[in-house]
Amino acid sequence: MVTTVRGGGLYRGWMGSLWTQLEPLLARVEKPARYIGCEDGAVTPDYTTATNATVTWLLTYPDTYEIGLPNQGLQVLYEILNERDDAIAERSYAPWIDLEAEMRTADLPLFSVDTHRAATDFDVIAFNLSSELVYTNVLNCLDLAKVPVRCADRTHEHPIVGAGGHATFNPEPMADFLDWIGLGDGEEIVGDVTAVVSEWKASGSTDREAVLRKLSQVEGVYVPALYDAEFRDDKLIGITPRFPEVPEVVEKRTVADLADWPYPKNQLVPLTEVVHDRLSVEVFRGCTRGCRFCQAGMITRPVRERPAEQVRTMIQEGVRRTGYDEVALTSLSTADFSGITEVVKATIDDESMGCGDVSVSLPSLRVDAFTVGIAAELQRGRRSGLTFAPEAGSWRMRQVINKLITEEDLYASVEGAFSQGWRRVKLYFLTGLPTETDEDTLGIAELGRNCVEIGRKYHSGASVTVSVGGFVPKPFTPFQWFGQNTIEELKRKIYLLRDEVRKTKGLQMKWHEPAATFVEGMSSRGDRRLGPVIEQVWRNGGTFQEWSEHFDVDRWTEAMSDHGLSVEWFTYRHRDEDEVFPWDHLNAGLHKDFLWHDWRDALNEVGLEDCRWTPCYDCGACTGYGIEHVVASATPPAGGSQGTGQDLATGHEIPVALGVRPAGVL
Amino acid sequence: MTPPRKPQVRLRYSKLGKIRFTSHRDMARIWERAVRKVQLPIAYSEGFSPRAKLSFGLALPTVFESLAEYVDLTFDEPVDVDGLPGLLNGSLPDGVKITGAIALEGKVTSLQECVESTTWSLFVDGDVEQLTAWADEVLSADTIEITRQRKGKDRTDDVRPAILDVEIRSTAGANVVQANAEVHAHLAAKPRALRPLELLEINSPPFSLVLGRRVHQFIAPVGARRDPLAIGAATAPHSLSCVS
Repeated sequence: MVTTVRGGGLYRGWMGSLWTQLEPLLARVEKPARYIGCEDGAVTPDYTTATNATVTWLLTYPDTYEIGLPNQGLQVLYEILNERDDAIAERSYAPWIDLEAEMRTADLPLFSVDTHRAATDFDVIAFNLSSELVYTNVLNCLDLAKVPVRCADRTHEHPIVGAGGHATFNPEPMADFLDWIGLGDGEEIVGDVTAVVSEWKASGSTDREAVLRKLSQVEGVYVPALYDAEFRDDKLIGITPRFPEVPEVVEKRTVADLADWPYPKNQLVPLTEVVHDRLSVEVFRGCTRGCRFCQAGMITRPVRERPAEQVRTMIQEGVRRTGYDEVALTSLSTADFSGITEVVKATIDDESMGCGDVSVSLPSLRVDAFTVGIAAELQRGRRSGLTFAPEAGSWRMRQVINKLITEEDLYASVEGAFSQGWRRVKLYFLTGLPTETDEDTLGIAELGRNCVEIGRKYHSGASVTVSVGGFVPKPFTPFQWFGQNTIEELKRKIYLLRDEVRKTKGLQMKWHEPAATFVEGMSSRGDRRLGPVIEQVWRNGGTFQEWSEHFDVDRWTEAMSDHGLSVEWFTYRHRDEDEVFPWDHLNAGLHKDFLWHDWRDALNEVGLEDCRWTPCYDCGACTGYGIEHVVASATPPAGGSQGTGQDLATGHEIPVALGVRPAGVL
Repeated sequence: MTPPRKPQVRLRYSKLGKIRFTSHRDMARIWERAVRKVQLPIAYSEGFSPRAKLSFGLALPTVFESLAEYVDLTFDEPVDVDGLPGLLNGSLPDGVKITGAIALEGKVTSLQECVESTTWSLFVDGDVEQLTAWADEVLSADTIEITRQRKGKDRTDDVRPAILDVEIRSTAGANVVQANAEVHAHLAAKPRALRPLELLEINSPPFSLVLGRRVHQFIAPVGARRDPLAIGAATAPHSLSCVS
């Protein structure tokens, strides 16, 4: 399978496409279009000019095609790598269980969808980790790729396995399985990793440890095998480098200016249905709201906005090229984008966009009348609901989590929505937050009820859905010391709330499975002792754990107990100020004492303003990197208090379809 | 006074290669995007969720190829019909190609309603002798009953009248890997269509389908059958019509 050529350098040549072996299997599975590639924008790599110094990457999303294809991060890196002379990138997604069974029977390995090339033919396999529940899928993909799941069992003949994405800021549970992890922005990391691997390949070296040690020198790259995790009496004492050149603390990588990275230039347009089927343009990275539960906001600081003009051109060119009629402006809280008015106006006014009916989605809708006003301006279909995320049911609770939306703000926005023609409103909440009382929980039902009443003034069939998720304390947030609510406690709160919600006609409730929240919580702040647990769950068939029909909490609790590990200790325990965290040797930019003080402030119900527009409170993110917030406009967006909609389950995107109002429609 | 009828065009297209794994619904979305990419003045429906006015004919089962799929497009203004294939083909994915275009005049019966029968090339892995015996048995039967689920209930129908012809052909020149022979079938689409996979299950023959391909769709009864492009045309049908 691997040939040595040209003076000992390893060249995993073009071994041929597996298509003819794969094709007959596709007739027997669900949604075979997931596996054919051929998307508009897909790159057909040219292997004829590859040398033994060319680094081939298999960018893999460890979930189904429908979920993985739209992932912007993967698409951006796919383009960047394929533009380089020294790299080629192809894509792969987790095969569904039906194809997996066929593949194992036919002894067919994991393949790329671009050219249907075997995964083992690649030099690097890099995963996008969006959440802890995909860990077992990563192992399954490696196994299907015929790569030993454990780093320690891999030789120079196996691909180097890496990962990036939001769930990498505590990568310790996956330390046994990932050769390297890219922390922070991936754009520059992949270039540097390519250079290292290219040199290693060209040298003909077969010393795998040598290339891993070189990778540890790349800013933003963490190589777990080069660190020892020391435990005493079950407690983590520290995670320390094994070699002198390996950094004691790994700093995340931050691109200073998004304007230098106008990607994707050729967004992939799928042939088949995917979860986000619209043009996406990232308007900024980072978030300064400082919501205390939100890891994504904290670890992506500082804010770097894309220039409004660049956003405009990316939309224009993207729409022309793809034929999409819907555009999503993505970020963690898009309504805060200082160029928002300019961009939205330019998009509607732009007649050169073809038929003129381009719809703009604002994920993460801000709770204020101003934003609803924009929404009403560009209105094509109000068929989906409008979504807001108050996150907590009482003002007191919202101060604790630093999501400073007053009830008046929420009601004003919801009234704006209903009065402008929407009939459905969705409200996101968390339960299990620090200091939460039953009064706070029931406050959710009251907010929901009041919103229904407002809606009824405009439509007799007005409906409000409250969507409740269990809170998982995350690393690098002020809540990282908080012990997660037990499954029983979460269930109790959910049923309490549900009984209350039932009393109001027009009010519905959805909730995230508490047992799934529990498993996330185990890994969220876990350490490398969880490796064998994850492996056991995988070996027992526990893939696709983020799909409710495959999720099985017993597999996890049994695996924990089989390895003598306590779920109470990992998930439910409150941490002390002197606790050594399994991520203390990584740096996301925030000072640990800032986080501790913010935790104490939270318990005292003190709120912090958005630091983009008000004085800096020195969290460490900007001062540490010598970067200031890059904003597209010096004027903050108009309108009321904080408030954004963030659905962590869907990657912070709650698309609201807005569009040009057709003539004659109200 | 009724508003003037919007210009309508009927296209015939092929679906070959990897694209055969996309579903009928996937194709509808692909067409919508293609039409927008070249900025054709496609008409949209009214109401809260305007949809582009593309009307598709009989659904092609996912996994099947086709040389004869049809779509009717409604435009807000007249377009250059002869130029449409050249204009749109560049925006359609590999494997989808327009092979005929005709302006529709007057009131047009929908594709769903006017197609009477379809022909299929079904490449199978069976032995030609066995296949010929099987085909003879099917054609010589007076009735053939199959049970299908409709609206949650089991219904038994005699499908023999829907089998208009079955011919066994060699695969020479067809370039279909792993297939030994072709079952060339002509099946009725009305009153109730017989699906090609249902045909291949009759009498549980010892072979299976390697690749299926729709070859023609016909309007008007057998004997006078015509390509759906040859309908209501003010001028002669496009030269690429495939009436056999």
